[in-house]
Amino acid sequence: MSTAIQATSRETLIIAGREYSSRLIIGTGKYRSYDQMRSAHEASGAEMVTVAVRRVPLDRSSESFLDHLDPALQILPNTAGCYSAEDAVRTARLAREALQTDLVKLEVIGDQTTLFPDNEQTLEAARILVKEGFVVLPYFNDDLIMAKKLLDAGCAAIMPLAAPIGSGMGVQNPANLRIIREQLPDATIIVDAGVGTASDAAVAMELGADAVLMNTAIAEAEDPAKMATAMKLAIQAGRLAYVAGRMPKRLYASASSPLQGVVK
Amino acid sequence: MRVYVNGEAKELSAPTSLSELIAQLDLPAARIAVELNRNVVRRHDWNATMLNDDDALEIVHFVGGGST
Repeated sequence: MSTAIQATSRETLIIAGREYSSRLIIGTGKYRSYDQMRSAHEASGAEMVTVAVRRVPLDRSSESFLDHLDPALQILPNTAGCYSAEDAVRTARLAREALQTDLVKLEVIGDQTTLFPDNEQTLEAARILVKEGFVVLPYFNDDLIMAKKLLDAGCAAIMPLAAPIGSGMGVQNPANLRIIREQLPDATIIVDAGVGTASDAAVAMELGADAVLMNTAIAEAEDPAKMATAMKLAIQAGRLAYVAGRMPKRLYASASSPLQGVVK
Repeated sequence: MRVYVNGEAKELSAPTSLSELIAQLDLPAARIAVELNRNVVRRHDWNATMLNDDDALEIVHFVGGGST
């Protein structure tokens, strides 16, 4: 193993006092089978997975989804599907009661077509949840001012989107992510939603994200376990490149070989 | 007495506690959470919580999901 890889393997992501050696957080939806989900989770090396809260069916068909997850995984309940601060707060409280965790991925959606977050409702919910002792990880539009407000509200990390949820388009606005990183050097930034393939994840990490959360890119790949491996490597590569510090971009060529001593 | 569970009306013939309702519905108690009239009922209060006419309950569990 090279020195560089050893160096990054010592680097850890810290959320709410717990250290994670993986910077990949993954979802648990859309897999074709539980077996496929488990093998993708294993291949990804992720230590945290997110799950959704829904009404239990009353026809006795309920089975415990959580039993299909590796018990070593940290579960991050989310408020997916909520369209108001009030519903998101209620969902978070229910999740905490069932899972005995203060962690919550806060999501308040504003529109069914784009699934873009409702930033105003998200901020309102974040303030309430932080007061109640939750460790809040909010999904929001990639906007610096909103990022600052969420951090001021006491959120443990911020989760700007790369592109619409499930779109697989990759980072649509790299400048915004870069600005958020540069202006908020101490914030924990987790890019959430919109990653489609490995290079998208690498780009997010090269822009300085601390972690990436994804679901569809892995679950809808033809071979989810292979894609999970690709994502794991891409995130490591992107992180290394960020830490290494990339060369500046130039408009014109710059020769790599000495100009002196060329055979004439 | 009628209560609403996840939006569905349920007739109860005798005084029923929340724990009894969960047992009647055959729900996996370990992995669910319950809200009664918009307030979470802590697990250790399920036994002592008696249901009243028109109570609205939300009983949730976890499902696969990433974002919305």
